Amino acid sequence: MLWEVDIFAAPGLPDVIGTETAAEAADLGFSSVLAIGGARGYLIQGDLEREQVELLVSSLLSDSVVERATVGRVGDAELERSLSGAQGRIVYVLPKPGVTDVVADAARKSAADYGVFPEAVRTFKKYWIDGVDDDEIKRLARKLLSNDAIEQVAYDKLGFDSLQVGSSYKFELTTVPIRAMNDEALTTLSKKGQLYLSLVEMQTIKAHFCELGRDPTDVELETIAQTWSEHCSHKTLAGRIAYDGPEGKFQFENMLKETIFASTVKIREELGDDDFCVSVFSDNAGVVKFDDEYNVCFKVETHNHPSALEPYGGANTGIGGVIRDPMGTGMGAKPVCNTDVFCFAPPQIDPDEVPNGVLHPRRVIKGVVAGVRDYGNRMGIPTVNGAVYFDKRYLGNPLVYCGDVGLIPVDKSFKEPKPNDLIVAMGGRTGRDGIHGATFSSAELTSESETISGGAVQIGNAIIEKVVLDVMLEARDRGLYDAVTDCGAGGFSSAVGEMGEDIGAEVDLNAALLKYEGLSYSEIWISEAQERMVFAVPKDKWPEFKALADSEDVETFVFGEFKPTGRLVLKYDGQVVADLDMKFMHKGRPRVVRQAVYKAPEIAPVTVKPANEELWAQTIVSKSLGSCPCCKGDKTDATLDLEAILSCLNVASKHWVIRQYDHEVQGGSVLKPLVGVANDGPGDAAVLRPRVQSRRGLVISNGMNPNYGDYDAYCMAASAIDEAIRNAVAVGANPATITLLDNFCWGNAEKPEVLGSLVRSALACYDVSIAMGTPFISGKDSLNNEFRPEGKEPIAIPPSLLISAMGQVDNVETCVSMDLKEAGNALYLVGATKNELGGSHLSLVRNWVGGQVPTLDVELAKREYNVVYRAILDGQIRSVHDLSEGGLAVAVAESAFSGGLGAEVSLAAIPSAKSANDALNTLPGICDSQVDDFVKLFSESNTRFLVEVPVEKTCAFEAAFAASDVPFSQIGKVVETPRLKILAGDNSVIVDADLADLKRIWQKPFDLGGEYAE
Amino acid sequence: MRPNVLVLRAPGTNCDLETSYAFEVAGATTERIHVNRILEDPSIIARFQIMCFPGGFSYGDDIAAGRVLATKVRSRLFDAIRQFRDAGKLILGICNGFQILIKSGILVADDEQGAPVTLTWNKSGVYTDRWTRLVVKSDKCVFLKGVEEMYLPIAHAEGKFMARDEAVLDKLEGEGRLVLRYVHEDNPNGAMRDVAGVCDETGHVFGLMPHPERHIDRTQRPNWTRCQNEPGFSNKVGDGLVIFKNAVDYFA
Repeated sequence: MLWEVDIFAAPGLPDVIGTETAAEAADLGFSSVLAIGGARGYLIQGDLEREQVELLVSSLLSDSVVERATVGRVGDAELERSLSGAQGRIVYVLPKPGVTDVVADAARKSAADYGVFPEAVRTFKKYWIDGVDDDEIKRLARKLLSNDAIEQVAYDKLGFDSLQVGSSYKFELTTVPIRAMNDEALTTLSKKGQLYLSLVEMQTIKAHFCELGRDPTDVELETIAQTWSEHCSHKTLAGRIAYDGPEGKFQFENMLKETIFASTVKIREELGDDDFCVSVFSDNAGVVKFDDEYNVCFKVETHNHPSALEPYGGANTGIGGVIRDPMGTGMGAKPVCNTDVFCFAPPQIDPDEVPNGVLHPRRVIKGVVAGVRDYGNRMGIPTVNGAVYFDKRYLGNPLVYCGDVGLIPVDKSFKEPKPNDLIVAMGGRTGRDGIHGATFSSAELTSESETISGGAVQIGNAIIEKVVLDVMLEARDRGLYDAVTDCGAGGFSSAVGEMGEDIGAEVDLNAALLKYEGLSYSEIWISEAQERMVFAVPKDKWPEFKALADSEDVETFVFGEFKPTGRLVLKYDGQVVADLDMKFMHKGRPRVVRQAVYKAPEIAPVTVKPANEELWAQTIVSKSLGSCPCCKGDKTDATLDLEAILSCLNVASKHWVIRQYDHEVQGGSVLKPLVGVANDGPGDAAVLRPRVQSRRGLVISNGMNPNYGDYDAYCMAASAIDEAIRNAVAVGANPATITLLDNFCWGNAEKPEVLGSLVRSALACYDVSIAMGTPFISGKDSLNNEFRPEGKEPIAIPPSLLISAMGQVDNVETCVSMDLKEAGNALYLVGATKNELGGSHLSLVRNWVGGQVPTLDVELAKREYNVVYRAILDGQIRSVHDLSEGGLAVAVAESAFSGGLGAEVSLAAIPSAKSANDALNTLPGICDSQVDDFVKLFSESNTRFLVEVPVEKTCAFEAAFAASDVPFSQIGKVVETPRLKILAGDNSVIVDADLADLKRIWQKPFDLGGEYAE
Repeated sequence: MRPNVLVLRAPGTNCDLETSYAFEVAGATTERIHVNRILEDPSIIARFQIMCFPGGFSYGDDIAAGRVLATKVRSRLFDAIRQFRDAGKLILGICNGFQILIKSGILVADDEQGAPVTLTWNKSGVYTDRWTRLVVKSDKCVFLKGVEEMYLPIAHAEGKFMARDEAVLDKLEGEGRLVLRYVHEDNPNGAMRDVAGVCDETGHVFGLMPHPERHIDRTQRPNWTRCQNEPGFSNKVGDGLVIFKNAVDYFA
């Protein structure tokens, strides 16, 4: 019997589901006459009496203080009525069979506490929709109420009366006649079978099996495809590349190894005994020293393709997946904080502009933010640092970068699976979810991706991961295993394949615990079901390991042994279904040479973009800007430009995201993401104490600017590194402790110019890293971020290099924040301002192209960061804010409104920033005599800070900077009056604004929760 | 005596370590114990003086915050916990712990119409992490002895205190049990009468949505950098520590 329970708000309380859905519908352009009533509910299957169901409803499923419920058998007439009085056609939205439904699972299990035992439970949402016709209701269901990748929709009636999941599986061994295939057939097999391998790779596999004199089984082919996938092997960046760029022509045998890894190797050599790297580019996360007892590790991953299809689930499992990286590093680290960086199309985009197969950015944004929130918060890991960038080119390809930092005892930082150890899985069960995630993430998205690859979407269950973490840390400290790794892309296939690479493994696929019946041996092997870790457990430790897991209700099972054979053998029903040579899997991939070209960009004068150009890069800014004050003779000045940049989504406050994330759990929070007198200013970096007993701190920051990539990939990468380090230094991190992570998200790297810009970025990483003495410790790439709308050319994302930085401080109490502290203090601009408006936010809001993109003087940067660090340590500094998007004007505005104190600044004190290239010294609509002022205000030159110094400390401060030959100018002072006043070079007023106005302008644009709505 | 504190751990509990640390800083001895051990043998709680339900997402908060663990407490631990309280011992529930104490009927007993109060979805409909100013409204609660006001963070999605009707509120208020309130302008979730924390009729059982364990150190306070140069800064402690100290001192 199938019972249905509909739960509504109690009389007098608002119908939140209905009103929120209606508001969202209005945002997406649906008719305002649309009326929506909502309910949440449960389908409960089993041989149950009405009284039993009612008991569950009153005591478990609903809250009698604030809710009312209707109970009936599916199809009963009383279920058609909304208790909140809503009218109209009924729409049910529920997870498709087999999709993770954590609430339903919890309900089914908890029912037992009331002596009720349902066979199956599923949740749903139910809507009563009125005011529009049936077509419009269906469009609403598709665009807003449901996501076809994971949910099914039923109109009027549910249309079924039992919850069936899975059917029994009959074993049948499938072989693939690859030996008889010609190139065309191989190509078809690769695509149709979702292997996503190149023809050369398919030919290599064919040759291998021809040599063996047999055809592969399907699971052998799948295993090779997983191992050779871009996601698992990074074959493009770690491959052979012939590069032709401004630096000359040369060929890499392994591009990453010769650039980013190479710089780390060199830095470690130079550091000698002071080398603080422990394990880099080898384990699941990069490991460095923290204190005498603990090391710290950091990993950042992306989950872009799944998030494009199903934002909530994609982002949810993105953060869930990256948390398992530190968990699977060494013998297992304890996560201490998370980071998240998102790239979206602007949420205001016209719904009609959104191509088929793409979700509206508002849905993507809300889904992604909620997905990360619900996983990170449940895991009890503070999300301390992040960023959000907007560009229309992210419309079909949003980027979701998630990071996790873990703490690991010094003596647990390495692992080694031993021959004859048992292969043990722990955590979630295996289902059909996430099949082909590893290979799919390497493919270009098309408007059909959703239908082809829907199975690649996974939904997380954070609590399973949390209990696995609890048990794992206890097992680690009791010494119950030799090695651990996470099940990520490729599932068991990758985890066992990697762990057993040097030994060999024999796996019994029947042993795996399944979510439901019906999985084939292949599906079990490659499923990417979440929340699973794989351990190498010595046989004599297994009983204790198992007992420990049982005691906390965590499922674990043995499903094989690391047999020292050098082979990967899979069995099902006692039969061998795969028998592969580990060497062929891991070393047999053909190493093709990819072409990469990069043309040195020509520096063009700044001009206004042609009106007919499709403005993919344009962030929507509605404000019309003034023209040059001295020509117009009116009061128009740079204040409007400042306001436009502050309201630009990239710069605007991210409080709507930040406040949804627990950034204080674990009790180590020192500098929060929002700082200042009213806890709402944009902090430069997060500081936390990962060990609450200690004063030692970790500093986490990031740097990224996709706008610069449109000008010069080298400058973009150098600027991102500088920004990440600069942010860490701004709060007090010791520059000598900073380490970096790279995450490349690029377009289709088979195109030589796309790969060329990536190589050029990697070369910048090499140069800057070595010059600064700041090593990379981990990295990851995501390629093929292109979307092909129906019948159109593919749209590639802008080159998007995220640099994450992790630094340390001996005592967190020396840290400083960015908000102005006290009237009377002197304000300094530290660093050199150059005419570098290329890719700047001034250009963005004024719709300009051209100009010089910010360059990096690494020698100056190194000196400057050391002297700023010393000055902070010596207590000379009360606040520091880094200069980035919007330059000096934005930095001083943010520092002022965050501190609730005014600032008076004169640009005259700053040396002229005129370019040697005279063509750059004119700006459209700006009088030549004002160009230098605009450059000083808005140039985004790297390696600069706004610094607040108490008057009595200015002498010592200036002496230190002069001694290090670091440029600085005293540009003004902090004042009581809550205004920002900036004087131009000729002492006329160029910016004059009320701080409350500036703050409101900055807080509103990305306030999707409406906290600051007027 | 140095009291022993039982910090309860369940699947999804995630504030147990820092809460234990706060009790230790306050002078207690602590032990974190999984709820399964207590369900197996409820009598083990008798050797403790203080029992704490820390924050987190017990069992994922999947049906409603705290609901699943509250169900277990109600059906299998209710008597043991009642005896614990009646022995003059103390019980503290923080955030998810408060939700569990409320939904299990430990903190506010059911009447003939069922549960009189609940903690439900924030007015904003979303999880929120922010700092709030709090005031203490009565001297009934052991944990809040001598406290007038505090500055503590909240971090929850379902923290809005709601009663069935005004009469329920009047009664609880009359008994001095709506003991901790948000400063009205800081009410982060729309709680009725700005309620942030409630105690039982003995004043020995206390639940609150804000997290006192997140403000025991001076650098946990937001904008502490604005006063880092002030004299005496290096001797300051966080506002929340007093809650743990009061509990420990109660057994002194």
